[in-house]
Amino acid sequence: MGFPHPSHPRETLVLSRYFGDAGARSYAGWVERGGYRALRQALQMTPDDVIAAVKESGLRGRGGAGFPTGVKWGLMPKVDARARYLVCNADESEPGTFKDREIMRWTPHGLIEGCAIAAHAISAETVFIYIRGEFTDPWQIMTDAVGEAYRDGALGASAFGSGRRIEVILHRGAGAYICGEETAMLNSLEGKRGNPRIKPPYPAQAGLFGLPTTINNVETLAAVPHIIERGAEWYKGLSLGNPKSTGTKLISVCGHVQRPGNYEVTLGFPMQELIFDLAGGPPPGRTLKAVIPGGSSVPIMTASEVDGCPTDYEGIVARGSMLGSGGMIVMDDSTDMVYQIWRLARFYAHESCAQCTQCREGTAWTVKVLERILAGKGRPDDLDLLLDLSENMTGKTICVLSDSCAAPVVSGIQKFREEFEAYIARARQPALATV
Amino acid sequence: MSDELVTVSIDGVAVAVPKGTTILEAAKRTGVLVPHYCYHPSLPSPAVCRMCLVEVEQAPKLLPACVTAVADGQVVRVESAKAKEARKSVLEFLLINHPLDCPICDQAGECELQDYVFQEGRGSTRYGEYAKRYSPVEDFGPDILYVPNRCILCTRCVRFMEDVAENPILNVSERGDRAFIGIADEQPLDHPWAGNVVDLCPVGSLLSKDFLHKARAWDLDKTASVCPGCTQGCNISVDTRDDVVVRLRPRPNLDVNRHFICDYGRSNYRWMNRGDRVEAPLVRDGQRHVATDWDAALDRLGQIVRGTRGPAVILASGRASTESLGLVRHLLDGRPITAAVQVPLGDEAPLPGVPNLALRRERVPNLVGAELLGYRRDWAAALSAAHDAAVVLVLDAELHQPEEEALAKVNGALVLLVTVAPASLRNAELILPVTTMVEENGVYVNRDRRAQRFQQAKAPPGMARPAWWIAGEVMAGPGPDADAPTTAEEAFALLGHAWPVFGGLTHASLGFTGRVLADGARALAGAGT
Repeated sequence: MGFPHPSHPRETLVLSRYFGDAGARSYAGWVERGGYRALRQALQMTPDDVIAAVKESGLRGRGGAGFPTGVKWGLMPKVDARARYLVCNADESEPGTFKDREIMRWTPHGLIEGCAIAAHAISAETVFIYIRGEFTDPWQIMTDAVGEAYRDGALGASAFGSGRRIEVILHRGAGAYICGEETAMLNSLEGKRGNPRIKPPYPAQAGLFGLPTTINNVETLAAVPHIIERGAEWYKGLSLGNPKSTGTKLISVCGHVQRPGNYEVTLGFPMQELIFDLAGGPPPGRTLKAVIPGGSSVPIMTASEVDGCPTDYEGIVARGSMLGSGGMIVMDDSTDMVYQIWRLARFYAHESCAQCTQCREGTAWTVKVLERILAGKGRPDDLDLLLDLSENMTGKTICVLSDSCAAPVVSGIQKFREEFEAYIARARQPALATV
Repeated sequence: MSDELVTVSIDGVAVAVPKGTTILEAAKRTGVLVPHYCYHPSLPSPAVCRMCLVEVEQAPKLLPACVTAVADGQVVRVESAKAKEARKSVLEFLLINHPLDCPICDQAGECELQDYVFQEGRGSTRYGEYAKRYSPVEDFGPDILYVPNRCILCTRCVRFMEDVAENPILNVSERGDRAFIGIADEQPLDHPWAGNVVDLCPVGSLLSKDFLHKARAWDLDKTASVCPGCTQGCNISVDTRDDVVVRLRPRPNLDVNRHFICDYGRSNYRWMNRGDRVEAPLVRDGQRHVATDWDAALDRLGQIVRGTRGPAVILASGRASTESLGLVRHLLDGRPITAAVQVPLGDEAPLPGVPNLALRRERVPNLVGAELLGYRRDWAAALSAAHDAAVVLVLDAELHQPEEEALAKVNGALVLLVTVAPASLRNAELILPVTTMVEENGVYVNRDRRAQRFQQAKAPPGMARPAWWIAGEVMAGPGPDADAPTTAEEAFALLGHAWPVFGGLTHASLGFTGRVLADGARALAGAGT
């Protein structure tokens, strides 16, 4: 948990403006910096007007799927006698992603404010913030901030005297990656084993405790106060060419770069420049080899695919990968791709919830075959086997963990086949001693 | 589930089903069984085994048939190349950690993994040299072993304990391929209905200790029957090998027991294999009994029945068939009759997840049948009436000390129609060997007045005959032209003459799931008393 790097002039500071500013953490400090004005403003608006503003802004889910946030809120059923919930997904467990952690560390009230506005928009009285178990520091900071928000009237039976009840309950995860999958998170919140649920029914119909529920990522909710305060037009204007990808995005750059950290850029920012200019590029003497642009679950991009790729939803999809969570894992020419893919597969095999057959057995088998290859015991048909296993693990299961394990394997074999073949041909020293 | 019908096409066969029906259930109606593991019609569906994936026109991905509701005009392909390929891969994944120890596995022969792999799995493995996951056998409860190595984590057992037994002590522990079925600390799997997890397990992972290595599934003969354990009347299969009952299992009847039976009923079969049975008719000769043939025995019984006019007492087992209870009572018509049915009692044990399903206090299957035929539950009154009765007839009642003491002193003729001869009671005029409910066809009437058939599962020992046959022969009198019933079906058809509640019913009309007797008939039934 390092101190964030100083901001780069080419960043667009919206969410990360107060990263590193410890004064922004307290309620008073947040109000001094203009905080909670948006919540007061939103509470004067009708829920439909809040939803309309967010729809208009073009804000899309920052957790990975990129679903339009306003549309998601609009999917909630009409208000009836039942309770309804907002769940904030702060289980940030995607390898390579560490943006939500920083939002909670530096601007906890920004998140609480966003949660309160969203709760108002979907007419929910209760917000659950599900915080990753390993986030000890953010957990403490959020606990303090929620206490302050209640004390100072932003939360409670009548938020800022508006008559609207808004309660925020923090819930700490217990260290399972799968609990970041939204329906597994609902089960976990209910006290059950964190297994993803079958959809339909979707959470808006039957979510937490079977009641209408909206689930949003930390970064998504943290962006909401800015949209309310500065207007949808302003947010929509934060776009570099692609009108479907608006606003700023925190990109967690890690791996072989000289200045790893979170960089907030306007969507559409050139990926090449983000890696080389902002993050400093690979260490001297090294060249860029590959990038996993959206957290470990998305396909690997080669250096040439990175060149000219805009950092936005559609731009990355056009190059065969996804923006995902914005966790950018950069690999230079010293990287053993087979080894890295094995490490990823091992992660997924460890984290599979074990519900679906393909995932439970397939992830573990994939690891074994990759280990065999790395140990210099690979067979000529192992790559076909891996591709076939990956095919059988894709699109067949309740959630996409299985697909996520297959994605780097498939893209890795497609794009770096010669490295696999070198191991199999015994032209490369084994990287693992034994199978 | 609504009344509205939707029409779907399953592998080219159109079928109309109520809206809300799953593809899997709709396919069953067209005669297509979509292979599956986690789905079970009496449990909630988690759609986790991913075996029932089918191709649905216009759906971007394969869909799980067990949870996908049919839509009007839907075109489903169970046997498409894509769906078959997906199933083949699930089977391959399931097998990589499944020990191929079928030769020593109790489930072999009735194993859904074995069946589907033979049906459409790969001929050989691509898993290679890796060792399979290993965990030792766990002792889950009084009658249940867990063999984790064979487990395919379908979670049927977990869901049964959680949602049906409402005793959530099983769980999935760990993640990934290390996962196994866990059990809460210090909590044995001893719920009164826990044994169902063994039947629910599609593979040989949950085993009955009682049945462990007892018989191979393919050597068993399975007979449709009704549990004799209590008045619930759960439908069962009596599994025998070489005329030995080796286990009782539930047989589905959605109106009575769904797919379940209790552990009491399941284990209540050893008496069916007793070796100390009466095998020949015995007549009293002074202070001893001598074996004779049926002609002589029936003559003697005819003399007793026709030679007396005084009151009669019948002491009947609640396990006796409706046919036997009816005809034996009919045999003694024309005089005052005190007929009693013996009803041992125990604790009630409901299965919370299924309405109106419990191990009942009354531990006999035919209490209501007996009552409809004029038998009373007042056992003590019947025992004391026996003292001065002209005829006392015991229909396989259990003879404990009070019964033996009372019967040793009867003044009239004592006739025992029994499976096992009591050590005392040298005063019995006749001891006639009768069949048990697994040795005959018949009908029981359960607590909800549902008349259900049970069928003969094994041969009777020696010369044992159903009691209805004995009564029928005596009533018809001697001679080859006698008009006596020769089958339980014929005996059942005779009941309607004296007891209108059974009027017009035949064995065939009861079907395989039974039939609830008409209301208001109870009053009429008492008229013969």
